[in-house]
Amino acid sequence: MTTDSAARLDLTPAPGAVPLPRMILAQTGYELRTMLRNGEQLLLTMIIPVVLLTLFSATSLLDLGPGRRVDFIAPGILALAVMSTAFTGQAIGTGFERRYGVLKRLGATPLPRTGLIAAKTLTVIAVEALQAVVISAVALALGWQPHGNPLAVVALILLGTAAFSGFGLLMAGTLRAEATLAAANFVYILLLAVGGVVFPLDEFPSGVRSALELLPISALADGLRQVLQHGAALPGEPLLVLAAWAVAGLALAARFFKWE
Amino acid sequence: MPLPSLVGGQAPDALHVQRLENPIADHTLGLGADGLRHPPLPATPRTDPSLGLPKIISMAPPEESAVELDGLVKRYGAATAVNGLSFRAGLGAVTALLGPNGAGKTTTIEICEGFRRADAGTVRVLGLDPHRDARALKPRVGVMPQSGGVPGTARAAEFLRLVAAFHARPLDPAALLARLGLTEHARTPFRRLSGGQQQRLSLAVAIVGRPELVFLDEPTTGLDPQARHATWELIEGLRAAGVSVVLTTHHMEEAERLADQVVIVDRGQVVAQGSPAELTGAERQLRFRARPGLGLDELLAALPAGSAAKESPAGHYLVEGDVRPELLATVTAWCASHGVLTEDLRIERRTLEDVFLELTGRELRS
Repeated sequence: MTTDSAARLDLTPAPGAVPLPRMILAQTGYELRTMLRNGEQLLLTMIIPVVLLTLFSATSLLDLGPGRRVDFIAPGILALAVMSTAFTGQAIGTGFERRYGVLKRLGATPLPRTGLIAAKTLTVIAVEALQAVVISAVALALGWQPHGNPLAVVALILLGTAAFSGFGLLMAGTLRAEATLAAANFVYILLLAVGGVVFPLDEFPSGVRSALELLPISALADGLRQVLQHGAALPGEPLLVLAAWAVAGLALAARFFKWE
Repeated sequence: MPLPSLVGGQAPDALHVQRLENPIADHTLGLGADGLRHPPLPATPRTDPSLGLPKIISMAPPEESAVELDGLVKRYGAATAVNGLSFRAGLGAVTALLGPNGAGKTTTIEICEGFRRADAGTVRVLGLDPHRDARALKPRVGVMPQSGGVPGTARAAEFLRLVAAFHARPLDPAALLARLGLTEHARTPFRRLSGGQQQRLSLAVAIVGRPELVFLDEPTTGLDPQARHATWELIEGLRAAGVSVVLTTHHMEEAERLADQVVIVDRGQVVAQGSPAELTGAERQLRFRARPGLGLDELLAALPAGSAAKESPAGHYLVEGDVRPELLATVTAWCASHGVLTEDLRIERRTLEDVFLELTGRELRS
């Protein structure tokens, strides 16, 4: 035991907070470190997308129509990555933080709630950047030839992040942590199956299909495909759908989120 | 279960503390609801109305108290958790909120911390409103909740460093961990720490920002004796450094050792307050063991007026009153004349626990 350093402890009050940006950076660094250490999160955000990308690009398990398989699969996997981080991971992580009183405890520190939300958003974006690098590297190794405007891709991903974050936080802030865990995973698998991620929506009957196209995951996957596979400049309809989901999700989360 | 009644002498509630059955009416005179004289509490200075002086209205500067609560009320649905609670916690002092489970201690503290809003009454923390002035208060106030609050996957030092990073002049996290005996667990995830280690980390998180005021909700619950003493020494260190401390506890020993001011809370109200010495009073009592069934009425007749004696449990005797050498001689002489050999004869002050049980009753609360 280091009694020397313990003896130096000066308990005299000297309160004071650092500026908000420094608090947000500290919180973001902390959230990133704990997330990257968390095995389940890595499975969700990195391993599953890469495995699906490799599996469906390298094999002919699915009929993906004309063109190279990886050109269809890679944008869908990027959309899946955004959903896994912004929605599933964030909902489960935040749900348990609420359950264990972490949000309450952080509420007693100088970090304001807006700062905490900002840090969580930055963390999600940083993880998504990491996912995009890994997924793109694997896709390029599989022969992927992306097209289009990178700014359109960034706009789609940011709007998708806002939409998924809104609903992830809404779930985390209203349901019990266990219910959030179950529901977030269920929604993930459901949207993976019917959201045009790896299974083309063309396979569904046309009535069902037009409904499914309004899902945020379908809009994101379709938008990314329009740009990356077909070189579209700015895919209007997917952007509109995502913007509507983002406004609805964030507004509902702001209204109903309970901190404890 | 009712308090065993005393044979003759004082009523069981004749305490040398201010009983606040009716917190307003009882507040001005040395005469309590039981009609006995009570010494005024120095902690609550007041003028004597018999002197005919104009009533002095407190014009204390806002920072005279670390915490000032007046008429606090908090209801959860039909249940009233806090029912008109008022007290002041002195600046630079240790104030202990003592009370049975469900007395409203945690609710009171959480209102002070800004986590809950009171339904009625006023709250001042360092002279500020915990809600309106939250942004200004947070850096100045440290909070240790009753349990949890740290992510299970976070490593001990990591979370402490995070909270330290929010503050301008924090304590050195490594030195703080060393002081609390957590150095070898610095890299242990919170969920793998023992209950006592989690408590100590939580205390460290509460004080790492060098606050002026800390709220500690049951800081030593679940600690082994070594950890409890380490925590007590740290709280004493905080007090010596000028930090105001408000803590809740079930441990009388803790309140007696640490607190400058003890506030006994029951059913959402303050039932007594004062320093441990004021609450336990100067009164001594005599205890001894002997064969059960001694004729206490006869003994009482031999004792000075105002004395009381009881047997509870069987074979354990308690004599209260003006315990002087003569009283001791009378008791032993009476025993000798009845052929009674006393064991464990001792004279002691009342403990805070005696006071607490008399005020809050002995029945178990759910």
